[in-house]
Amino acid sequence: MHIPCPHCGDRDQREFSIRGHAVGLDRPEGEVWSDDWHNFIHLRENPAGRTEELWYHGGGCGAWLVVERNTVTHKVYGTRLASEGRT
Amino acid sequence: MANLTAKTAFDGTLPIEIGAVSLTEMTHDSITWIAPHKGQMAKVSRALDKQVGADFPSPNTHQNGVVWFGPEQALVLSKGLKRIAGAAVVDQSSAWAVCALQGAGAADVLARLVPIDLRDSTFAVGAAARTLLGHMNCVLMRTGLERYEVMAFRSMAATCAHEIESAMTMVAARAETH
Repeated sequence: MHIPCPHCGDRDQREFSIRGHAVGLDRPEGEVWSDDWHNFIHLRENPAGRTEELWYHGGGCGAWLVVERNTVTHKVYGTRLASEGRT
Repeated sequence: MANLTAKTAFDGTLPIEIGAVSLTEMTHDSITWIAPHKGQMAKVSRALDKQVGADFPSPNTHQNGVVWFGPEQALVLSKGLKRIAGAAVVDQSSAWAVCALQGAGAADVLARLVPIDLRDSTFAVGAAARTLLGHMNCVLMRTGLERYEVMAFRSMAATCAHEIESAMTMVAARAETH
């Protein structure tokens, strides 16, 4: 599997490590327990198919990426920098 | 006061030459990390050009001893850098082991260790990459048609030399059998 890093271009999967579903970008506001916090900490979609995930380019430029890919076919549809937020 | 002897990163391990390829140590008087603060890139790039004769490098390139080192970061090799307003500047001189791999087949040696496309179309002279050398992080620069410079963490200098030497041995053995 290759992941196209916005900085470095097309790179081999071994340069990256995965953090998990891109729900990690949706940290709820405030510190009061709510369904949003429950969702953020405990609940994850685990789709067989197209999904968004956070990957770290630790073997390269060191950027966090949002990778949209298919967990069944390993096809990568596209990436963007996590620093750009949820757009 | 004890009289200490300065040792370079690859002291005792380099240079080596196997087949047509050689691996030699490069020593730099200083290595400096520079990262412009938010919105200061243009100003810092001009100041850098004035001091070392090279703009802030665009991603995946190096020029005049200034190499791209990730998003909005660069390493300045050899030339001591004076303070630049609007940028974080950190001395990294003793943190890196730098070596040069050159000769016919240098790319074949690297291809056994580095997971990037080293062909001219994607990694021409002047190209640089932060990538992996075996299992280590490294900075790779192409400085000539058959010349590459590799930067690895100084603490891993021996591993770096060992990995490259193994690959050189295998490439040379392959060349002999053909």
